[in-house]
Amino acid sequence: MSVPSPTIRVQAHDFDLQAEVDALSGGRMDIGAIVSFVGLCRSEQGGLSALELEHYPGMAETEMKRIADLAIERFSLMGATAIHRYGRIEPGQNIVLVIAAAPHRQAAFDGANFIMDYLKTSAPFWKKEHAADGTAGEWIEAKGIDDKAKDKWG
Amino acid sequence: MKVNLIYFAWVRERIGKTEEEMELPKSVVTVGDLLSHLKGLGEEYETALQFPDVIRVAINQEHVEHDEAIAGAREIGIFPPMTGG
Repeated sequence: MSVPSPTIRVQAHDFDLQAEVDALSGGRMDIGAIVSFVGLCRSEQGGLSALELEHYPGMAETEMKRIADLAIERFSLMGATAIHRYGRIEPGQNIVLVIAAAPHRQAAFDGANFIMDYLKTSAPFWKKEHAADGTAGEWIEAKGIDDKAKDKWG
Repeated sequence: MKVNLIYFAWVRERIGKTEEEMELPKSVVTVGDLLSHLKGLGEEYETALQFPDVIRVAINQEHVEHDEAIAGAREIGIFPPMTGG
């Protein structure tokens, strides 16, 4: 069986979770498990009016595909999807979607987890906070905990 | 050699440019050399790159370490640690 090619998109508009799951699994009888992860924008107790997501066009897609390909190989996934939004995103709105499909649940859980951990530290995206009082806030700082999460995969 | 430098997030804001083409002196061999060279170009570069250890660099859209040679680079992206996801 050929190695599946992941679906990778970087887009300003929202994504449809069910449509993406259907696109991955539609018509297939061999997939036993699908794990999806959706990352959303938090309001930070009302202090945040929006996030501004900046990305490196071209490299963002390339890096997301590289990460998804690694996960497909490592966990023998039957399919994977990674979609990341850019631009202005308000609290409650979607930022990122990762889907992993496999014959059994453990590979699907691990695959989605792996893709997210690598995406956070290696895919060229940056978040800037816009405060509820209208001021442009600070760029969010990278967290050591995200590096640790990635490092657990060796 | 001539390269296209592309800046992102607070590196872009502090330098005040999205990208620029630059002729580099022969003494600039590695990514680390490049960051030192840029720091000497003015106050805005000095501010953006004052802590070079945290700066991430991509050559031709692939992540590289600071000891990597820049020979063959067409496009060099310079940016803070990533915070997507």
